[in-house]
Amino acid sequence: MTSLAGPEPLIDVHAHFYPDVGGRPDSRHLNARRLEAGDRIGITVHVASMLGTFGVTSPTYFQSPADTRPANDEMLQRQHGDARIRSYVAVNPNDMAFAVAEVDRCAAAGAIGLKLAAARRCDDPVVWPVVERADAHGFPVLHHIWQHRRRHWPSQDISDGADLAVLAARFPRVAFILAHIGGGGDYLHTFAAVREVPNIYLDLSGSGIDRGMLDDALAAVGPQRLLWGADLTLCTGLAKLWALSVIGLSNDDLADIRWRNAVRIFPPGAFGDLGSRQATIPS
Amino acid sequence: MLDVNTFIGGYPFRHVPHPEPGVLLRVLEREQLAGAWVGHLPGAFHRDPRHANDELLLAMGDGGGPLRATPIVRPDWPHWEESVRDLRARGAVAIRAYPQLWSFGVGDGRLRDLAFACAAVHLPLLLTVRFEDLRQRHPLDVAPDLSAAHVRELARAGTGARIVVTAAGRELIEEVHWGLTPDERSRVFFDISWVWGPPTDELSHLFRTIGADRFVYGTMWPLRLVQGPRANLALLESDVAGAVLADPQGWTG
Repeated sequence: MTSLAGPEPLIDVHAHFYPDVGGRPDSRHLNARRLEAGDRIGITVHVASMLGTFGVTSPTYFQSPADTRPANDEMLQRQHGDARIRSYVAVNPNDMAFAVAEVDRCAAAGAIGLKLAAARRCDDPVVWPVVERADAHGFPVLHHIWQHRRRHWPSQDISDGADLAVLAARFPRVAFILAHIGGGGDYLHTFAAVREVPNIYLDLSGSGIDRGMLDDALAAVGPQRLLWGADLTLCTGLAKLWALSVIGLSNDDLADIRWRNAVRIFPPGAFGDLGSRQATIPS
Repeated sequence: MLDVNTFIGGYPFRHVPHPEPGVLLRVLEREQLAGAWVGHLPGAFHRDPRHANDELLLAMGDGGGPLRATPIVRPDWPHWEESVRDLRARGAVAIRAYPQLWSFGVGDGRLRDLAFACAAVHLPLLLTVRFEDLRQRHPLDVAPDLSAAHVRELARAGTGARIVVTAAGRELIEEVHWGLTPDERSRVFFDISWVWGPPTDELSHLFRTIGADRFVYGTMWPLRLVQGPRANLALLESDVAGAVLADPQGWTG
């Protein structure tokens, strides 16, 4: 069957799987549906994380060490058992010694990036030690973001684009993936906040599909700093791919957004054959 | 297929690219949609919608094309009953109301009266749950989303009007549907512009439990990407793939 988003490679830089044991009761179905719908769309690789038990035994955005380790192990198992899956290591930086060791442990086991959620605002020095480990391993950091935090939001210690710009300036060698511009909040504020921060990449995921959002993202950072992703709603991810195909982008720009930018910022070899294919194409 | 949820005109709280009827026509052609019910977006925020309705009807031409007018009637405005009849005569195919923008509470009799008037001239009543995600709104955009209770009370009033609810999420849809008798439900329809697909598959779930015939196609262009509902239908689970939505084409008697 023809892929709904076309035959070109496609990397989802913002995916999640749920724990088979200890998580929500429909985890297995959700995980299977992600892969099934991903195949239908034509997703080559899901770069995914598991945020502890997603709230069952510790809060999703404040995951305990006891939930963190088995979730990362399960993600790594999925990566080793399925060529379509790659794993972030997800940690709560408040448990600093544990988190640093966990990044190193999962890097040794094959993780390809660091996922930080909302357990600590990202301009806080408490976050630095885990980002230093990401830097050491050549990992990009996918950071959960609320687009323009105008107030406190419950259940998370949220960061916005301006906060991430502070962290990115401190770690200029690290590529930061600013999560889901369609994931809630005012993305226009984000675009202004990160426009001139070259090591911040925007991930297009999230349920929001405002017209004008993609055009403004392109205008702010250009196609080489955009990364395709779906997060929790694959339907909106597909809609954005279809929209990208009709707004006048060149095939090169589309390929950058679909997969080539991801290949550039993740560690060499993270995507197998795609890396060698990338090497043959001028950026 | 007909798109019941489109607008022309700008939006007060952010820039919307090219919200013109000519662009909408090209988009419909590209998306292979037969036509659209079109509202006047800035008119939703006007105190008196009369000028917005005039602009809308002018932009729709003689009403014979693929773009069909869905003007606004405020049932708290003098002579609103005349407006319903007049707009019907001028080519309206549905009437839009925004009770949450007009501070109408649940069970407000004025909304019920409007539904009776719509039924009398065989026009559906079109409601909009939201224009934007709650999390991104302008500080001055403080009207709440339309509640399920608003819709339930209206549907229970026995007005005989078809009620089309746009931009509703799964929770509101289920609260309305399962909060009505089968007879009351038979006149309430929802567009699919704000329901999610995989991996949670809310649209598949609703098709399975409520029935695809309770839904109509709606995109919320120009506020949202027109490709959204098409993507959602393309990713339905296999047991509901190809489900047929309700066809509003013949609803205007």
